[in-house]
Amino acid sequence: MGLEIFNTIILSLLVVVAIVSLCVRDLVVSAVVFGIYSFLMCLLWAEMGAVDVAFTEATVGAGVSTVVLIATVFNLKRMGKD
Amino acid sequence: MKRASFILVLFIGLLLIWAVKDFPEWGDPQSPASSSPVSSHFIAKTGVDTEVPNMVTAVLADYRGFDTMLETVVVFIAGLAVLAILLGGPKRRTRDRDFIVEFEPDLIVTNTVRLIVPVIQIFALYVLAHGHVSPGGGFQGGVAMGASFILIALSWDLKTALSRFSIERCFTVAGLGILIYAGIGLASMFFGGEFLDYAHLAKILPISPEMARYHAMLGVEIGVGFTVTAIMFALYASLSTDGRMRDGL
Amino acid sequence: MFEDGSLFTHLLVDRLNYVIYVVLLMIGLWAMVAKNNLIKKLIGMSIFQTAIILFYVSIGVKEGATIPIYLSEHDPHGESGEVNNAQSSQPERPQVLEASLVAGYNNPLPHVLMLTAIVVGVATLGLALSICLRIYRAYGTVEEDELLLKLESEELRSSSGSRTRRWRPRSKRKAKVPKSFENTRSRKGDGDSLTSDGSQDAKARSRRPSKPKKSKDGEAS
Repeated sequence: MGLEIFNTIILSLLVVVAIVSLCVRDLVVSAVVFGIYSFLMCLLWAEMGAVDVAFTEATVGAGVSTVVLIATVFNLKRMGKD
Repeated sequence: MKRASFILVLFIGLLLIWAVKDFPEWGDPQSPASSSPVSSHFIAKTGVDTEVPNMVTAVLADYRGFDTMLETVVVFIAGLAVLAILLGGPKRRTRDRDFIVEFEPDLIVTNTVRLIVPVIQIFALYVLAHGHVSPGGGFQGGVAMGASFILIALSWDLKTALSRFSIERCFTVAGLGILIYAGIGLASMFFGGEFLDYAHLAKILPISPEMARYHAMLGVEIGVGFTVTAIMFALYASLSTDGRMRDGL
Repeated sequence: MFEDGSLFTHLLVDRLNYVIYVVLLMIGLWAMVAKNNLIKKLIGMSIFQTAIILFYVSIGVKEGATIPIYLSEHDPHGESGEVNNAQSSQPERPQVLEASLVAGYNNPLPHVLMLTAIVVGVATLGLALSICLRIYRAYGTVEEDELLLKLESEELRSSSGSRTRRWRPRSKRKAKVPKSFENTRSRKGDGDSLTSDGSQDAKARSRRPSKPKKSKDGEAS
């Protein structure tokens, strides 16, 4: 039962974080919130028993892809229009 | 326009939820995916066939070796394409950047990074080599290794990182990784098997065919690790500098 | 239909993972269609992708099963195996698992498929971001509506006969622009840009990074 509560909390947080990362105007904030999203996803997969996928997501999604996004925004305008 | 797209997306979502209604319950052991003969075969026979305790690694590098090899090639091609797109092309815009980059690397940051980068790299090698018995493998170890170079570039500057791992060397290493992978496949073909059928490598190694598969998987993972390391760093280097390879983030 | 209590538990308790996957997929799809900024569209694409991965991983879960790594009693190199080896001179071969034991491990196949998909996903994200940078270089914006306006005005200009500026090599273009306008002309020359300056120039640039690319233009003209 404990795991199901954990599952439910993370799943609902995921939706919130996904919407937040799309609705912020500042693209850097957006990228960082997307990193949080990836990390929540990683927790969820570790809980579901997909340890390899969770490990990959922790290194790739929460690590490299956030850095790559910020590195790109660095060369663009920081504020988006929506 | 926005409203139309919202209605369209909502419609697709409702269709999918309607389909979800007929799914088996979450975590049902009798569901078709869980009781399929393929995955049951993998779970039951991996220990006998390859002696690798981590089934994910065994399926990734052995049973589905073709898939992984071509995924590695995809990563390599994506790295090449990023470089090709950003190197040429129109003149770059003059900078009215929203970010200010300090030119002096910070003392505390660089010294901390000096301490932790070797640890990260050792950990990456551990993850790569220990992927047979614990979560890990070529992809994870490679990304962690690439992240250590990205960390160097972030804390000093890109020039320091590129002096250790230049972009030419990146692509040499990435190509070398694919060559290692394909070379192991070709070697097993040479000794009478099919492409990526590692069991036939036992003819030259002093081990049983199962252990030959075990060790060939390690070689394959090393190849994947090479490619992923190099491409992750090359991605960061080209994207943060807009292809100029200097004064980036 | 939706006020039915049993349907509510049917969807939101037993199949919550699948419902959330649909919701995340909708969010990602909506961002890809409706968002104005290209970077936001790409983040939406990544969310879409992780939604698919969530779907696959949810499929692989079995109730009460453990992670797909052999427990030490089934591990060919585990502790029990070593004990057996020590007792008997004949090394014991690992056994094929029974069906009841197979049910105790999660399905490894979706994990494998998704593991490679994540890494390839970040590589393709990098590719898409590089295309964004290139668009920014050519048009000065990554906002979709501004981009469409610029493309339209360019279309008008090229159809009314003045397309000569567009495909001229850089060496010829540069000769016309006085040196002092170097910094301001990037705003002006929004449309005249889609030329490639070849790999040689690129190589020269990476070799001598701090020098401006004047020498190549000099020898070309």
